[in-house]
Amino acid sequence: MRIEEHPILGKPQRGRLVPFLFDGKPLEGYEGEPIAAALKAAGVMVHRYTAKTHTPRGMFCAIGRCTDCVMVVDGQPNVRTCVTPLAEGMDVKTQYGVSAGQEASSGKAGGGA
Amino acid sequence: MKRYDLIVVGAGPAGLSAAIEAAKRGLSVVVFDENAKPGGQLFKQIHKFFGSKEHKAKIRGFKIGEELLEEASGAGVEVVLNAVVTGLYLDKEVVVKLGGEIVHYKGDAVIVATGASENMVTFDGWTLPGVIGAGAAQTMMNLHHIQPGSKILMLGSGNVGLVVSFQLLQAGCEVVALVDAAPRIGGYGVHAAKIARCGVPFYLSHTIIKADGDNRVTGVTIGEVDQTWSVIPGTEKQFEVDTICLAVGLSPMSQLLKMAGCAMEENPGKGGLVPVCGEFGETSVPGLFVAGDVSGIEEASSAMIEGRVAGAAAARRLGFMEETELGARLEELETALSSLRQGMFAPRNKGKTPIHTDEGCPISSNLLKKGYLTDDEVPAYPGVKSVKGIHPVIECTQNIPCNPCQDACPKQCIKIGANITALPAVDENSVCIGCGMCVAACSGQSIFLVDEDAGEGCASIVIPYEFVPLPAPGQRGIALDRSGAELCPAEVVSVKSAQAFDHTNLLTMKVPREMGMRARFFKLPKEVRA
Repeated sequence: MRIEEHPILGKPQRGRLVPFLFDGKPLEGYEGEPIAAALKAAGVMVHRYTAKTHTPRGMFCAIGRCTDCVMVVDGQPNVRTCVTPLAEGMDVKTQYGVSAGQEASSGKAGGGA
Repeated sequence: MKRYDLIVVGAGPAGLSAAIEAAKRGLSVVVFDENAKPGGQLFKQIHKFFGSKEHKAKIRGFKIGEELLEEASGAGVEVVLNAVVTGLYLDKEVVVKLGGEIVHYKGDAVIVATGASENMVTFDGWTLPGVIGAGAAQTMMNLHHIQPGSKILMLGSGNVGLVVSFQLLQAGCEVVALVDAAPRIGGYGVHAAKIARCGVPFYLSHTIIKADGDNRVTGVTIGEVDQTWSVIPGTEKQFEVDTICLAVGLSPMSQLLKMAGCAMEENPGKGGLVPVCGEFGETSVPGLFVAGDVSGIEEASSAMIEGRVAGAAAARRLGFMEETELGARLEELETALSSLRQGMFAPRNKGKTPIHTDEGCPISSNLLKKGYLTDDEVPAYPGVKSVKGIHPVIECTQNIPCNPCQDACPKQCIKIGANITALPAVDENSVCIGCGMCVAACSGQSIFLVDEDAGEGCASIVIPYEFVPLPAPGQRGIALDRSGAELCPAEVVSVKSAQAFDHTNLLTMKVPREMGMRARFFKLPKEVRA
């Protein structure tokens, strides 16, 4: 949930509300905020599934250090969504192993690129 | 290869302070930072800092960050962002990844101020989305204005766990429990007390057994641990939560120093692998200095002074400063640093549990286990005096380095003295005018103005209030006691929000007279809050 009024920080200053895609589904977020923040506000928790055990991962450190939140952004895998600013029309996909293909995950463990 | 007099790695509180100190003496200084914004973790710190005036006490962390950036730009410090320092080699060669490029720099002196990284603990389900670091919670709520979760369990009762828990409450989240495997709360009692009075329960000697959920956290099971840290069967407790927040300590990010060939030591008191340092933060490699958490985990206030020390020492080394000038400056800085390193939470007292304060007052065991003082413990402290009329009641019961309350009082009602870790004492002979400056100045939110006989069988209590929505005068609600339990009906008399209070609103509530020394928080009735 977004914080609309904060006792210390007041009302947040945000960028423009822009559309983007998450797994093909249209969502909205504020331009310039981390992709992960926009996803979090939309209730998206799972950013990727691991290659070997196919277990879900989401945002963990939020400062670009742990790389748990990486996703496929505009076709590029392993993008740290917690430190990558959202831009209009971005195509954000859940990452399976190191690719965006969901079919890779439905098969054997190890379904990556 | 581009050359600078001084290269600083890390634009956090230590690195910026070091750069400013050196640049003011005429050195050409560049600061590299891997992040998109400078300031390190300062801009996530929305609470008022501790210490003394010289340490920028009672100023909120993000404001200190803004001041530092302004000072840095005024001093001509060049800050390069999105710049990952990937190597530090012989002769102080610094390798930086800038975009897709690798660039080599040479510094006549180098100061490494890379800070620390968060520690983690593992348990069943710890990789589930919804398990996050405390730093992540701060980043989300204080920088990006997103609630990290709606129902949250916090693991870790050090100052980070306590401060972040309070910030979660301020962001409108529910903190269902604060858990620590240690038998005692690790952080300041005043930080614990301000979340306990909001109703957050503490579970000391407890640990997380498992996180529940398939694709995300839906719950958590904790259990009590014995002296060997094993869970005692039958003590399991389950909470429905969507987020588990980990605040289990920090480790110095000292990899670059190891790479540079500095003599290193594994020092548990400093949080892990740190460089062996001589005076002024100089490592075994001449001209290579360290400052801040990378040289041993402390906090931002001391990091800023360490940065200044290293910056001045680097200036002297390169001949930009006379020995006598350096001596005078260092003396000033060392005095400021050593006053922060006093008291029962001083680095040298790590792991010790004193039973008395320096004044001989008992340390509340309830405060260390539950996060609050009991009614009968409160009168034992010099800040708590029963005086006729309105007067400050200071529930500050541990020797911590902090004294803004003393300066805040225009009537000199509050005495701490020269030793900033002394407990504040209320002078019964001074006359409190009820201005509330002390309430707003107390970074620990441990000062209340109480009039035990405000007429009509009521007591009035002024409490610090940093939540939204702000209750309005005349509004009725419930007074909570120090443990967060509902105590009695309460009515808001006034709410003051002066600029000098810096967002610490002063809420005056009226309660039945006998509750004057027990009521410590105001809660709006449920239907109003919703």
